[in-house]
Amino acid sequence: MEARRAVEQAARDSYARLIAFLAARSRDVAAAEDALADAFQAALETWPGSGVPDKPEAWLLTVARRRLTDAARHARVHTEALPTLLALTDEAHDLAATDMVFPDERLKLLFVCAHPAIDPALRTPLMLQTVLGLPAAHIASAFLVKPVAMSQRLVRTKGKIRDAGIAFELPEAKELPERLDTVLEAIYAAYGSGWDDVAGADPRRKGLAREALDLGRLLLRLLPTEPEVQGLVALMLHCEARREARRSARGTYVPLSEQDTAHWSRAMIEEAEQLLNIAVQANRIGRFQLEAAIQSVHAHRARTGYTDWEAIALLYEGLVRFAPSLGAQVGRAAAIAEARGATTGWRLLEAIPSEDVKNYQPYWALAAHLFKRMEQFPEAAAAYSRAIGLCEDQAVREFLTQQAAGTQSS
Amino acid sequence: MNYTILIYETQADFAARNNPDPKEREAYWAAWPRYAQALKEAGVFVGGAGLQLPGTATTLKFPDGKRQVQDGPYADTKEQLGGFFIIDVPNLDAALDWAARVPYAPGRVFEVRPNLVPPS
Repeated sequence: MEARRAVEQAARDSYARLIAFLAARSRDVAAAEDALADAFQAALETWPGSGVPDKPEAWLLTVARRRLTDAARHARVHTEALPTLLALTDEAHDLAATDMVFPDERLKLLFVCAHPAIDPALRTPLMLQTVLGLPAAHIASAFLVKPVAMSQRLVRTKGKIRDAGIAFELPEAKELPERLDTVLEAIYAAYGSGWDDVAGADPRRKGLAREALDLGRLLLRLLPTEPEVQGLVALMLHCEARREARRSARGTYVPLSEQDTAHWSRAMIEEAEQLLNIAVQANRIGRFQLEAAIQSVHAHRARTGYTDWEAIALLYEGLVRFAPSLGAQVGRAAAIAEARGATTGWRLLEAIPSEDVKNYQPYWALAAHLFKRMEQFPEAAAAYSRAIGLCEDQAVREFLTQQAAGTQSS
Repeated sequence: MNYTILIYETQADFAARNNPDPKEREAYWAAWPRYAQALKEAGVFVGGAGLQLPGTATTLKFPDGKRQVQDGPYADTKEQLGGFFIIDVPNLDAALDWAARVPYAPGRVFEVRPNLVPPS
């Protein structure tokens, strides 16, 4: 029993570090995962009899390394990795014999998962699987994909990392901002849309919010002085702080402006504010700091009792300039509508090409809300109907149906 | 590790090669030897070639096992294969760095692929 617990403990504490260490040397994520799975299996078989070794991680590393070198010897290609793997033998031995801590290569692994040569749609799933050890089936359901299809895509992607020879190296200083951006985006994609404004929420992938926050915190530990990393974690913390307030006691959806601030997590808001304060001092503003700042203004309502929509509108102006995503454009229109009236907001919304918003639920939810305020009821009814049709969340669907009720007279 | 950089050129590229205006012609030709030289000096050059116009291509197919010879290139695309370099670098990132230095003209596209290693 104690041995099983020790194996589980090692898996929890060191899975990502072991994978990253092995993959950085073999350049083969899939092979590293297989080898480590074998090592854990061997631990489950031998530790109950022989006792838990002094250094469980070094023990696992030695077994996994042996599996990797055997596999490389039998592989048709990739003999190139063999010398590195043989050198790993000595390294693993040293780690077992001394007090040396094996190097943390998780940052390299994060950069590989979000490498520009990897399909953007697979960067997030890849990170969740290799860095957090999440099962493919769990990832698949969060991304609305069949588990088998997700597994196949992940296998293919790991094949590309190996066969195309993507480097397990940290980007050079001049490339760092751009490369870091893809890592941040992949983590944020796991969190889902942070836009939970007046009328329409798009809480997709909400099941992975905690995992995204874990990845963010890990990145923050590995890169503690990058303002955009601090910004991303602050942004996720602000959104996460409102989790409990997003649903009423009866389970119905509560839009941000109507949330009871007493249900917001003070601790998370506090932490987010501290991070954002440190971030802006570096004087390198970026997309995630701006998004966190927008959420920070919302959070101020807990103290002041009102929302400074003019400030939010200004921050969205900046955001649209940095990263003109659909979410930012719709968010800006919502903020302007609150600050300067529905008609002004609608004019901005109207300017977004209709081809881009065909399937974008928050656009239609906001359009409906604004039409209703402008008392253009037939247009509002039509927009509500599209927003409801595109909705993925039952509670939001019910909320919008209720909102739409007043628009469908005569 | 060997990588091939495939260079897809535009109609304008192909036209520039024989442009009667010496300035235009020069602009096309001048950059390539310099790039090849840089590859050689860095010790990463393995091989490469420029290819003649797509119109000079002949395609061989075997529908139903019967040989069919056709005039023209295989792919019916706007950009056409115009040449390639083979380089020996440690990883994809280094290969992409070199691909980024290939002489560029508007519309030109580069594809980077690791070379196949035969089973040992």
